[in-house]
Amino acid sequence: MNYSSQKSLTYNPSLTRNIGNKALTIISALFAIISVLPLILVISYVLIKGGSYINIETLILEPEPPGDDLLSAGGIGPAITGTFIMAVIASIISIPVGVGGGIYLAEYSKSGNFAKFIRFGSNVLAGVPSIIAGVFIYAIIVSTKILFGSMFSGIAGGISLSILMLPTIIKTTDEALKLVPNDMRRAAFGVGASKFTMITNITLPAAFSSISTGVLLALARAAGETAPLIFTALFSRYYITSFDDLFYEMGSLSVLIYNFALEPYEAQNQLAWAASFILVIVLLSLNILSRWIGTLGAFSKNKV
Amino acid sequence: MDKASTSKFSLRTRPTSERLVDVGFKNIVVAMASMVAVVLFSIFAVVYYESTESISRYGLRFLFSSAWNPVTDEYGAFTAIYGTLFTSIASLLIAIPLGVGTAIFITENIIPEYIRNVIGIMVELLAAIPSVVLGLWAVFIMEPFIRPFLNIIYELFGFIPFFSTQPLGAGMMPAILILVVMILPIITSISKDSLKQVPSKLRQAAYGIGASRWTTIFKVIIPASISGITGGVLLALGRAMGETMAVTMIIGNSNNFSWSIFAPSYTISSMLANQFGEADGSQVSSLMYAALILMILTLLVNVFAQWIVKKLSLKYQ
Repeated sequence: MNYSSQKSLTYNPSLTRNIGNKALTIISALFAIISVLPLILVISYVLIKGGSYINIETLILEPEPPGDDLLSAGGIGPAITGTFIMAVIASIISIPVGVGGGIYLAEYSKSGNFAKFIRFGSNVLAGVPSIIAGVFIYAIIVSTKILFGSMFSGIAGGISLSILMLPTIIKTTDEALKLVPNDMRRAAFGVGASKFTMITNITLPAAFSSISTGVLLALARAAGETAPLIFTALFSRYYITSFDDLFYEMGSLSVLIYNFALEPYEAQNQLAWAASFILVIVLLSLNILSRWIGTLGAFSKNKV
Repeated sequence: MDKASTSKFSLRTRPTSERLVDVGFKNIVVAMASMVAVVLFSIFAVVYYESTESISRYGLRFLFSSAWNPVTDEYGAFTAIYGTLFTSIASLLIAIPLGVGTAIFITENIIPEYIRNVIGIMVELLAAIPSVVLGLWAVFIMEPFIRPFLNIIYELFGFIPFFSTQPLGAGMMPAILILVVMILPIITSISKDSLKQVPSKLRQAAYGIGASRWTTIFKVIIPASISGITGGVLLALGRAMGETMAVTMIIGNSNNFSWSIFAPSYTISSMLANQFGEADGSQVSSLMYAALILMILTLLVNVFAQWIVKKLSLKYQ
């Protein structure tokens, strides 16, 4: 073996292809750093700046009207309860409908044209801009006063959020049920279970963790949405005190951030930061919780 | 079969109640699945119905006029449509190399796997930050930070129409940058998933005939996963076009058309967010017309995304 052939087998860093390789690797690493940077910056600003305005008064007081008192703007209490209530309303509507729709897609009509159409439709619905959901609910509920004569209301806000949750829940239920092995279905039928018993006692429990992952992700997305709320639930500075208050304007963390960030007063801006702190903490926890639940299931994607 | 065994192993007939539950349950879930179609169609029907007045009055002129005058009742959405398309496409052009580059970096074995997983999770958590919080951050932190840099560009390249106004705060450029932050997680996570699905045989074959890492990536891995990447990019485009809050807070909300990316502008969604609450009469109808245009744009992009994923996807299994 001569010297030159031996040399061609060893790594030569000055070759054009090796230099090019190294350069591209460095560029891709740089891109990865740039992509992670916004998350780190946003989270740290929200945690540090927002966290510094958090105290017990901020958490429970009602916000003051802008400009009245430059020292204290009150708190974000009603907005926290408002976000919670509207998320609950959205869940009450979208979880049964979404899980039911997903059950139909996965268990009843596996490849029929209607199922294809529904799958396509839920993908399209997922792509509908959230502000359009707000415009839609404004047109059919707020401006027609169909809900017992009330216009802007927490219920209208919750319904518009449910439109955003629906496609995610349908899709994850469908996919979660499809991961359950068919053997389990045949075994259930074999011991004489009806289809209803099979679904409620065998496949739904087996897919439960994957479905909850999807539901939590949908909930996290809906709780942070602003666009559908600004002309359905509007905003309110007061706590709700009775059931009837559901039919009136309701505040939420996201709309509070939007309104108060654009106020010229420092005290209001601080409340916006405090509200972002709470919102981001809740949403990140929901996301991390959903990832953790997703790893628990017997047939979850992460395990198969 | 003798009598004893028949009585011992007789088949149970299903009681009527059980059959009713079965049929009822099926009908209920069919109805629930149909809700998707019902909601989708009613969104279209309602938005179309509400905008008929403006459609019949302005027709296609609405798309090419930038007048927006509630006093004279003259409306046109050109500025907003241009703003929507320009901001989303510009942000896409920045986000594609960043997102796909990141996806490649975390699917290649350049650094240890747990660091790659952490980067992947961090980029996906970025998607969990609500857009209104990103808007808040953009208004108070990002925009003041980048303004000096934009000023330098303005002073050096001000003769180019795209940079011809002085950056004074809210404007198209900060909106584009915040859109990049919003769509980056979509492009990264979908590209990552489709890069991971490329069978390792293809990579081994490329290495076997002497291809370097990046030759393999550009000539084998990316072509093999191009359907997923394109789908992700189109989904991101749809998201960018419909994105409302962060853009509304930072774009400046001005209906005056300007070529400059430093000038305040409008997108359809920010126009809706700003004006819908206080609008009445023919302005509502014009806003609904704009909403219809936005819906059709995002619908086309989303349908095209689904079509292209089906069309381009190579089957390896």
